Amino acid sequence: MTGELTFAVDQLAGAFGRPPNQPDLLQARQMQALSFAVHIPLVCFGIAFPAMVLFVEGLYLRTGEPAYKALAKRWSKVMLILFAVGVVTGTILSFELGLLWPAFMANFGDVFGLAFALEGISFFVEAIFIAIYVYGWDRISARAHLLAGIPIVIAGVTGSLMVLTVNGWMNHPTGFRIVDGRVVDAHPFRALFGGNLWHELTHMYVAGYMVAGFLVAGVYAAAWLRGQRDLYHRAGLVVALSFAALAAPIQVVIGDWAGRTVAERQPLKLAAFEGVGTTEKGAAFHILGYYSDGEVKAGIPIPRLLSILARHNPDATVQGLDTVPASDRPPVNVVRYAFQTMVGIGTLLALLGAFYVVVWVRKRRLPRSVWFYRAVIVAGPLALVALIAGWTTTEVGRQPWVVYRVMRTSQAVTDAGGLWVAYIVVAIVYALLIAAVVWLLRRLARRPPEVGVEAEAT
Amino acid sequence: MSLADVCVGLIVAGLTAYAVLGGADFGAGFWDLTAGGPARGARVRGMVERSMSPVWEANHVWLIFVLVVYWTAFPVAFGSIFSTLYIPLGLAALGIIFRGTAFALRGQAATINEARTLGATFALSSVLTPFCFGAAIGGIASGRVPVGNAAGDPFSSWLNPTSAVIGALAVLSGAYLAAVYMAADARRAGLPDLERAFRARALGAGVVTGALAIGGLFVIRSDARFLYDGLTSGTGLAFVIASAVCGAVTLALVWSDRFNLARASSAGAVACITVGWAVAQKPYLLPGHLTLDQAAASHTVLEALIISLGVGFVILVPSLVILYRLVLEGRLDKEYKPLGQRFEP
Repeated sequence: MTGELTFAVDQLAGAFGRPPNQPDLLQARQMQALSFAVHIPLVCFGIAFPAMVLFVEGLYLRTGEPAYKALAKRWSKVMLILFAVGVVTGTILSFELGLLWPAFMANFGDVFGLAFALEGISFFVEAIFIAIYVYGWDRISARAHLLAGIPIVIAGVTGSLMVLTVNGWMNHPTGFRIVDGRVVDAHPFRALFGGNLWHELTHMYVAGYMVAGFLVAGVYAAAWLRGQRDLYHRAGLVVALSFAALAAPIQVVIGDWAGRTVAERQPLKLAAFEGVGTTEKGAAFHILGYYSDGEVKAGIPIPRLLSILARHNPDATVQGLDTVPASDRPPVNVVRYAFQTMVGIGTLLALLGAFYVVVWVRKRRLPRSVWFYRAVIVAGPLALVALIAGWTTTEVGRQPWVVYRVMRTSQAVTDAGGLWVAYIVVAIVYALLIAAVVWLLRRLARRPPEVGVEAEAT
Repeated sequence: MSLADVCVGLIVAGLTAYAVLGGADFGAGFWDLTAGGPARGARVRGMVERSMSPVWEANHVWLIFVLVVYWTAFPVAFGSIFSTLYIPLGLAALGIIFRGTAFALRGQAATINEARTLGATFALSSVLTPFCFGAAIGGIASGRVPVGNAAGDPFSSWLNPTSAVIGALAVLSGAYLAAVYMAADARRAGLPDLERAFRARALGAGVVTGALAIGGLFVIRSDARFLYDGLTSGTGLAFVIASAVCGAVTLALVWSDRFNLARASSAGAVACITVGWAVAQKPYLLPGHLTLDQAAASHTVLEALIISLGVGFVILVPSLVILYRLVLEGRLDKEYKPLGQRFEP
């Protein structure tokens, strides 16, 4: 299928008849990347946080311990704030699809749009039940309240599932044909479930637990170091950290699966991950260094490791970047640094998680070293960096294509002017947004827990 | 009725829901903006916060719904609209960021100055956003969006008489709806002073919105004749008349303090004018440039979309019913507090 499409590439005249002539393509891409980088951490909280909140509420219902209730209430408030901000940043992303990439939408909106329609429904369900859950504390029965939380957990998963079907499709486009320069014969369901969905979904889902878990745990690890070790803070630490610590080692296995799928389906992208200039048998993996003139310089080579990672075979052939014209290659250094960052941080977080789990299983207690708690504080921001690095890897690694080997990003962009102005404005707005959200969350975190306070003032 | 008609029906239904529900949230921001200084406006602002809190996110999702159905069913029209009308739609997007974030964060503000800054941001963007959406609709309806990548004029496509009328109408109709809804909310909360305050606002906004709608017809007559013709003949006319009747009935109901009935009739007035517009520009999606049938995606796609949404609605509709029933029964109400009271020593 892909080979057939490659042939059709230069014939994609598109629904608008002529290709765009946009001098500021890079600004459009930067704007999209920035909006994405702001939204994606919120998605992690959408995926993982509801389950943690419900878990703590469940603890309260089983034990009747007011500290658990205070914690669940506090977390649900944070969940609502992050959801509200996610609603708006998510809206911006859907606007940008039209504002920045109208030719992409005009040609392919019908092929993948269905996924967003379903995502819209699950977003709706999430919004409805978050409202009922957060405003329903002490107003609807305990059982109904807990039940109202379940759709939030499910919708968080289905929503990201649907969005990832689109990303999977962009990386492995199926479910349509190109005839006379037009996209025809669109089969939405085939398009959505035929792509790179499953490994992307699992990878992102587990990443959600790592990011949300480590970030939340960091707040309570800091409290722990300050000497706040009561049940409330202890529960906040243990619940969040346990989710993250279990997720982190699993992510290594999923990452391996994702890497092998990329090796098989998008060999060029894998070549960019690793900076493989020419096709090699038994290729080495390089740590650090930089890519220049078709090879990695100043890196630490580990012989055959790349072939092992990509194909689980030390003699396997890894395709090089020189197998396609220069205009079809992604920017290698960006992709490679992003990939190395993700893998490096992921490895550290997996070790941290494994350490915590081992101590817990063998000694039935929390680690005692202050360095462990310091590491947990740093782990949250690091997980965030790894998340964004991971998305950079896959998205920049797909370049210069928006739809892999079918439509170039430069064919998708708007012909509108003023992208520079828009980029600056969007950058300022997001800087303000991040500053305001972080500032208010920090304030919320400093407020003493409302243990034993029945009707909490909002 | 073709599948494309069904999809347009879904889009118009979503847009109507957004106008009636989301529009009222923007309208609440309008009353927040015009409530006066921190001391004088505290009670009105407290009511705005209380009324909007549990529902605004869900109301906002109707916008997403409209966008996703639009780009799936009519991808070329979607690309044309967004690339030509990038200025108003970009401004609306910024307004959405500011409105939502500032509202969500105002609830956590710790000093009156923080609350005022966040509140002003929330309120100003609550006026900017519906105006921009209205102006964009005016550009589409008056035939200023041709097919193509940024093929229309980036300025005159939304800075024109029809856009001005529809933009202003979007702001005012939201304010009108919000005043009616909050008069009803204030009664349920047992706050007679706020009930009177919003009753007066509802009557005033109702009269001004009605006058603008009628006056606007003459502006549209000189600027976009085909749209005027569509609104003043056949089914289009029927909806315009229905809207006017609903508007008049609402005034009478508000006057006689029957706010819960007024909720329905005011929503009816706004819904009828939205549907009327859609009917008036039939068979065009982009008037003068692209008909519905030319714009529609393939049968396979539309079928998949309609079936999937149908299945989705089986989950969505009962969920919405639960939410609005809890809200209207007052089960999710927060205790009423004037905004700013929590900052007092």
